[in-house]
Amino acid sequence: MTKLPPDDELVAALRAGDGAAFADVLDAWSSSMLRLARSFVSTHATAEEVVQDTWLAVVKGLSAFEGRSSFKTWVYRILVNTAKKRGTHEKRSVPWTSLLPGDEDHGPTVDPSRFQGPGGAYPGHWRETPEPWASPEKTALALEIREIITGVLDELPARQRAVISLRDVGDHTAEEVCAMLQISAANQRVLLHRARAVVRARLAGYLGVA
Amino acid sequence: MNCDEFVELVTAFLDGALDPATEDRFVEHLALCEGCERYLEQFRTTIAELGELPPESLSPAVRTDLLDAFRDWHRS
Repeated sequence: MTKLPPDDELVAALRAGDGAAFADVLDAWSSSMLRLARSFVSTHATAEEVVQDTWLAVVKGLSAFEGRSSFKTWVYRILVNTAKKRGTHEKRSVPWTSLLPGDEDHGPTVDPSRFQGPGGAYPGHWRETPEPWASPEKTALALEIREIITGVLDELPARQRAVISLRDVGDHTAEEVCAMLQISAANQRVLLHRARAVVRARLAGYLGVA
Repeated sequence: MNCDEFVELVTAFLDGALDPATEDRFVEHLALCEGCERYLEQFRTTIAELGELPPESLSPAVRTDLLDAFRDWHRS
């Protein structure tokens, strides 16, 4: 992947109509934008439309970019707004009603029955330790693991999916994700942790050596 | 620290977001508990596997449309 120039150079090039610079940024960010858009809409095709509409809005709105956030954050915010609008028009819209964690974002992330109750020898400790996993590096497993992970992502609540897509599938920092989604650091962490725990639990069902 | 508390702090630990006292308790528990050591390791594996998902890409037609739109916008 081409390394993008710093924001001021990049934005200046885009404003000057540099098509190569636009192609670079399009290729660098579209994959992660597609994944983020999928948190809000139900099909890949709609997500692609959202990304397309976002880039068109970016092209037309370049003069409005004031450099108060990073250029990338600005673009991703346009994406989130575009995707939310599309999500509410869509029949199978994915709810993103509040920026605060919702009902699905509370409670333990590991089944409490995995831990000893108050009457146990060690209350709050594992009843039985988690089963060890087969190595996911075994190539025969790799494809299936990807399918499993893709399937779990589809089932996650929208906010959790957005955060884990940006943090772990993409490679964005916690700070970037908070800025893009306009959520607090604490909310970001709760959503990420819950999403990871769900994916881990699903992988455990597959990789766990019984 | 108990295991049921440990499992809820893993992401905060990995992000370096625990306060020093809690981080001390976390690490102390980690050193003593094989189950939680394994849980943390499996969390790391999960994160690594998420990072291995193949990139999605725009269809060539959409990409071409966007490049054209950019050119047209600056020509007009």
